Amino acid sequence: MTKKTTDLKKRMRDALMGGGQVAIDKQKATGKMTARERIIALVDPKSFHEYDLFVEHAGKDFNMGDKYLPGDGVITGTGTINGYPVCIYAQDFTVAGGSLGWMHAKKITKIMDHAMKLKVPIIGINDSGGARIQEGVNSLAGYGEIFYRNTQASGVIPQISVILGPCAGGAVYSPALTDYVFVVDKISKMFITGPEVIKTVLGEEISMEELGGARVQSEITGNAHFFAESEQECFEQIKTLCSFIPWNNMKKAEPFPKKPPRTRSYNIDSIFPTNPRQPYDVKDVIKAFVDDSEFFEVQSMFAANIVIGFARLNGNTVGFVANQPLVLAGVLDVDSSTKAARFIRYCDSFNVPLVTLVDLPGYLPGVDQEHAGVIRHGAKMLYAYSEATVPKMTVILRKAYGGGYIAMCSSHLRADFVFAWPTAEIAVMGPEGAANIIFRNEIKNAENPEEMRKLKIKEYKEKFANPYVAAAYGYVDAVIEPAETRNMLIHALEISAEKAEVRPNKKHGIPPF
Amino acid sequence: MEENNEAPALKSIIIDNVKYKTRLTKKFMARKVYEPIDLKKVYSFIPGTILKVHIKEGAKVKQGTKLLELEAMKMANNIVAPIDGVVAKINVKSGDLVPKNFLLVEME
Repeated sequence: MTKKTTDLKKRMRDALMGGGQVAIDKQKATGKMTARERIIALVDPKSFHEYDLFVEHAGKDFNMGDKYLPGDGVITGTGTINGYPVCIYAQDFTVAGGSLGWMHAKKITKIMDHAMKLKVPIIGINDSGGARIQEGVNSLAGYGEIFYRNTQASGVIPQISVILGPCAGGAVYSPALTDYVFVVDKISKMFITGPEVIKTVLGEEISMEELGGARVQSEITGNAHFFAESEQECFEQIKTLCSFIPWNNMKKAEPFPKKPPRTRSYNIDSIFPTNPRQPYDVKDVIKAFVDDSEFFEVQSMFAANIVIGFARLNGNTVGFVANQPLVLAGVLDVDSSTKAARFIRYCDSFNVPLVTLVDLPGYLPGVDQEHAGVIRHGAKMLYAYSEATVPKMTVILRKAYGGGYIAMCSSHLRADFVFAWPTAEIAVMGPEGAANIIFRNEIKNAENPEEMRKLKIKEYKEKFANPYVAAAYGYVDAVIEPAETRNMLIHALEISAEKAEVRPNKKHGIPPF
Repeated sequence: MEENNEAPALKSIIIDNVKYKTRLTKKFMARKVYEPIDLKKVYSFIPGTILKVHIKEGAKVKQGTKLLELEAMKMANNIVAPIDGVVAKINVKSGDLVPKNFLLVEME
């Protein structure tokens, strides 16, 4: 037995060395952790259990048969995060550049299948040069098998992608199909065609960082949801996210101990200007009434004119969607609609109640927006809200004009509760625009048109720029003082606990993708 | 998560005749100003290499006449005249590498 055990230990030692000391040193020299170190840093101490350590690659052509690739360049296993089970894999760049061959893909799909059966999240750490060219069409098959599983698992178990190295070509589409993509500055690089190809084909020179670095993916493309300065910070972000989300689509997020907001730091009266033209940071408003004033923002750098993220009310996770008057006056546009719509669908899939905060002047005007398809992208929000059956609470803080009012989870899209602050202005458009149209003739024919315009704007404002017209039709359920917001939302959540809404039976709808 | 970049200055944006004080995003600042489509100008619809130039400056061409052959993504694409007219200027020669939206031919 001892002989056998010694043999096992030797085999394990060899396999655990991955690509060998030289390759490991090279990986570390670039500021990166090794694949196994990353897993250990992410999961709870001593919780990681590895499988398929002795898997061998399946390459036969181009003299690959003689090569030993420990674990075929990917580490798979199970562990726990915050005490709850997860399935995890990490590509090992020290082994053949983390390239994806058939057995490498098989290990990944096997652990994905486990995650689906066990109904636990799957976390994938990507660090790979791409397809293993020597294995030809089998490496393509491998990617395809992963994409198919990503799609099947979508909305059933949480899928988290962590990009800690290159993730290029076909490899990018697995992260793109998952719920959340984490990137780290100067380490993550994602693109379909790399700088080399772009240079040969187009003569355009661009660095990997400028083409598809962490900042670009977080700020410009919206492919990434969380940006970190270091791998360690990235792992902390993942743990925080895991504390907010439910473990699968049949569960609710684990409740936390209730905590009041820190109202001394976040005081509505000092945060919130009543003049609708003045900006403020809507995140401070959220913090003013959620537990411990803790708001965990998603995609903070992309389309910052809308804010999405998680917080807790009386210990229970809620998802927030809020216009951000601080950026682009909080307008809806192509990017912000896409960002919000996807988050709404996430929350709906995973039983996270939605709170929507409304303060927007409307849609962003411009040829670029129209030609970029603001019609179909804007429609995504209408679709996502109308489709969602989780409890939906809306608070109208100030402006709710025109199409923006409808899109921001109005009662017409079946918000369960719509509250409005006394500062709310629910109207077909802003007073200035409306008065110019309605009183066009009076203004034109007046002795002093400018005076008349001002007078008519004032008249319109007094009559329509308030929450009471909408309240009179019952489109607003209650006009509340800002200080009551937390209590109203908590009550609404409590009584919506058993909410069940039936939708027409269908295979799936046709959202404006 | 704290944002590490310093607060950018407030600018303004006008929506429905109302001026709002707010920050602007990089993307918003970098948006392209619209230019109307000019059928007399022939642009590359894809980046690639010019394989052949079929016409000379001054040539009279009919709509659909082959002007150039542009190889891109392993395909040879025919670039044809969008309208009847005279080729005023050819900005490429055989073997040139062109990016997307490069002005290839100007017509009159």
